Amino acid sequence: MALDSSDKSRTFKVVGTRPLRPDGIDKVTGRARFGADIVAPGMLTGRVLRSPHAHARIVKIDTAKARALPGVKAVVTRADFGTVPDAVADILDNCMAGDKALYDGHAVAAVAASSAAVARKALRLIEVEYEVLPHVSDVDAAMQPGAPVLHAGRQDETVPEGYSQNVMSRVEFGHGDIDKGLAEADRVVERTYRTGATHQGYIEPHACLATMGPDGQADLWGCTQGHYMVRNTCAAILGMEQGQLRVTASEIGGGFGGKTTVFLEPVALMLSKLAGRPVKMVMTRSEVLRATGPTSSSSIDIKLGMTRDGRITAGYAQLRYQGGAYPGSPVDMGSMSAFAPYDLENVKTVGFDVVTNRPKAAAYRAPGAPMAAFAVESAVDELAKGFGLDPLEVRLKNAAREGTLASYGPTFPAIGLEATLEAAKAHPHWGAPLGENQGRGVACGFWFNFGGDTCVTLNITPDGTVTVSEGNPDIGGSRASMTMMAAEELGIPYDKVRTIIADTGSLGQNEVTDGSRVTFAVGLATIEAARNAKREMCKRAAMVWGIDEEAVEWVDGAARPAGPNAGKHDPMTLKEIAAIASNTGGPIAGHYEVNAEGAGVSFGTHMVDVEVDPDTGSTKILRYTVFQDAGKAVHPAYVEGQFQGGAVQGIGWALNEEYIYGEDGILQNAGFLDYRIPVASDLPMIDTVILEIANPGHPYGVRGVGETPIVPPLAAIANAVSAAAGVRMTDLPMSPPRVLAAIQGQKGA
Amino acid sequence: MRYEAPQSIEAAIDLLATVDGAYVLAGGTDLLVKLRAEMLEPDLVVDIKRIAGMKDITPEDGGWRIGAAVSGAEMGEHAALAADWPGVVEAVGLIGSTQVQGRATLAGNLCNASPAADSVPAMVAANASVRIVGPNGTRDVPVVEVPAGPGKTTLAPGEFIASVFLPAKGAGASDAYLRFIPRTEMDIAVVGCGVSLALDGAGKVTSARVALGAVGPKVMLVDPAAEAILGRTLDDSALDDLAEACSAAASPIDDKRGTVDFRRHVAGVLARRVALIAATRAKGEPA
Repeated sequence: MALDSSDKSRTFKVVGTRPLRPDGIDKVTGRARFGADIVAPGMLTGRVLRSPHAHARIVKIDTAKARALPGVKAVVTRADFGTVPDAVADILDNCMAGDKALYDGHAVAAVAASSAAVARKALRLIEVEYEVLPHVSDVDAAMQPGAPVLHAGRQDETVPEGYSQNVMSRVEFGHGDIDKGLAEADRVVERTYRTGATHQGYIEPHACLATMGPDGQADLWGCTQGHYMVRNTCAAILGMEQGQLRVTASEIGGGFGGKTTVFLEPVALMLSKLAGRPVKMVMTRSEVLRATGPTSSSSIDIKLGMTRDGRITAGYAQLRYQGGAYPGSPVDMGSMSAFAPYDLENVKTVGFDVVTNRPKAAAYRAPGAPMAAFAVESAVDELAKGFGLDPLEVRLKNAAREGTLASYGPTFPAIGLEATLEAAKAHPHWGAPLGENQGRGVACGFWFNFGGDTCVTLNITPDGTVTVSEGNPDIGGSRASMTMMAAEELGIPYDKVRTIIADTGSLGQNEVTDGSRVTFAVGLATIEAARNAKREMCKRAAMVWGIDEEAVEWVDGAARPAGPNAGKHDPMTLKEIAAIASNTGGPIAGHYEVNAEGAGVSFGTHMVDVEVDPDTGSTKILRYTVFQDAGKAVHPAYVEGQFQGGAVQGIGWALNEEYIYGEDGILQNAGFLDYRIPVASDLPMIDTVILEIANPGHPYGVRGVGETPIVPPLAAIANAVSAAAGVRMTDLPMSPPRVLAAIQGQKGA
Repeated sequence: MRYEAPQSIEAAIDLLATVDGAYVLAGGTDLLVKLRAEMLEPDLVVDIKRIAGMKDITPEDGGWRIGAAVSGAEMGEHAALAADWPGVVEAVGLIGSTQVQGRATLAGNLCNASPAADSVPAMVAANASVRIVGPNGTRDVPVVEVPAGPGKTTLAPGEFIASVFLPAKGAGASDAYLRFIPRTEMDIAVVGCGVSLALDGAGKVTSARVALGAVGPKVMLVDPAAEAILGRTLDDSALDDLAEACSAAASPIDDKRGTVDFRRHVAGVLARRVALIAATRAKGEPA
């Protein structure tokens, strides 16, 4: 049969439309089951005891009184876990502290009890003897040679002498000669930029239900971005075989990267193993903020040179990211992405991964990139304005394009950065007038996008409907997108396909829902699975017609003779083929397994207008437009939603969100009152412009779109606020006290 | 935990006398949050909403008596009350979300004793008083005397507030309230300011009360600020003096919500803006 994988002129029937999402009704009526909605007969309540200290040696834990409390069925400390493989050692230590508590909120013990009240009481009966140690929360302070050390003897050989052992590793990227480039510049800007640590702010707290039988077979339900990751990690930590642990993903109330690791799950399994009963654990909001995975705070030095006609002659960045209590901050990705939008002869980035007494950073939407873009795009803006140049023209002049040697190594294929800049220039927003105390900012952003291990099974039911089983939790409407791509490929209506998220026993390995990979990679596998099913259906029709299967093609939802030589046969629809499947060889399915490559990179340009109150330093977002390349927008409403959501999270990061630690190393704002994510009335409608520069690595041209939208906002807003306030803002968040102090400092200067 | 909903003030007083550390429930927008957050585990909660008069807004001596369980939404929908005391009504209207407005009360906001409570500076500026009932009888107390510090009131054990009284609005008088928050709603005041004033025919201030919230351990009445504008029209010079008096009176702390310098400065900024709104209203113009 003929396939149309290389047909660039294809017209889509389903892809590109805006049908209702299949999970919509359940979510708005409350019927959807999220992590905390899962129950099991006889289940116990699990609760975690957490360190009240930022850094302390755990001298002794006495659980005797808690164990003696009626209703307590199990108490777990680190001693209950054996030695685990190196790959999961830090993960276990983060889930349950070993020798030391490394941050305020670090888990030190857990109980399973017959009720929440008994569990709470039991936690109060656990006696922990701490030896409080000096702590360090700030990234620059943690790098100093005399800083309190979290992990002795684990520093990577890439780190030069003269740094604290808290500097775990150093990375470097780039090409050309920075000094030569800077010498060619008419002006060089040298500045240090800082960003606060932010949390993903997903609405649904972490929750899971674990049950392990005496035979060693276990089941776990919960909210996660990757239940295969949960299975593999928990199996390694508990010393189980992966096949003995089945994990089922619930609906998920947001993740943004924060649910790509485990926190409660291994503890719940261990509690269930010891108690012999199902154990349910649900975090409070305070636990989520204190003890899950916020993003890194950062401190970044930039040196950027430009000629007076706007050509960037050299770009240098030293990036210092603290990633909390364990190595693995996203400084490597920050260092790779910092200058990605530019075609530079001389570029170099150096990144330091630093540990501090804070919760271990998890992924947060384009991890590492927004801070790097904030620093670079602020410097580009400052130089452009200093020369009186149009900031969009300066970016166009230096824009990376097809054939550009990227700052991080590869040479770009067809990319969409120039398209977003041209679209921004042509948009009415760009020329709209501004009033007093108002400013406009623009910035570009880049994200790599990923592919990875992916499995899809597509089943044809006897009545001719279709079920798609995929292994990636749906956090952004991906069931709708998979349904659309299956319907498109099979030539049947959207409502004849239902997509489900299968448990870990039902499919092979699937990479986590991350890296903006799902619409690309799972979409690719869905299309290929549908093609395999079509091949089988063509074969069945060929069998019925008594012709060669190569003489059958699939058009508009039916098998048809491929040409006049194939004979005259009425088309057989999917429904007709399904009805006789049992008599033509049995049930029909298509499946596809792949380590998907070819995820196309994605660029965006953001434009924002703000008004700053010069008497209070308060910033109001007046207008915001996102321009981004989506490759091909499968469901444009969800693409727009990703653009808008990224911009809004960026607005929060830029203006108000930050982890605030006291001198004592204790988190001061572990709640949504003082950890300020934007509310609806803080925001204008975020306008969006979708560009479609096809990704050659996907049958329909799809690129991931979920992460790029959070990369430009920090810089775009900082550029706008700096213009409105008349003073360059280099530290995030640009909270009212900080902006007011900058305005007053400028007046005093 | 025991829950009781008595029908009379006397029954409520009797119940509260039986248990140490019993809690009074009006709207519950603070109490229920603290229960859910496991900050409190009370043995007894006494719901006062079913007591006669607790949900009533009644004219009295040219002013208004507002039952302790009257919600912010009910006040906002009461046209005559909102016309007399727009500042108090807008202040209570700032508490929480639309859903919270269906339950949140003036009396509860006062008894929660947060220095940042929105309705309290407005009530203090309005010279409001409360009627306190308890085992030792009934007493009327100015609102400004109720808070004793963060989370603490001057109410004796077993006492609770039965109603709030807003006095008669004078001729040529009005009030206003503004708060500074980093967001646009669903937030807690970093600085709050209430102003109540009266103007003569020439636009001169004949009486004024200025109150500040969130810049000290409790809401404060700032007499020097009122004196700064008394007998003057609200020109730039008068407003500068008002702002300066407010900044000087503010004794805030550095915390996660703002710095000392920021709060002092913004106390003055808000006072200027609030005074102008109150004056515009006092002239009968739309603010």
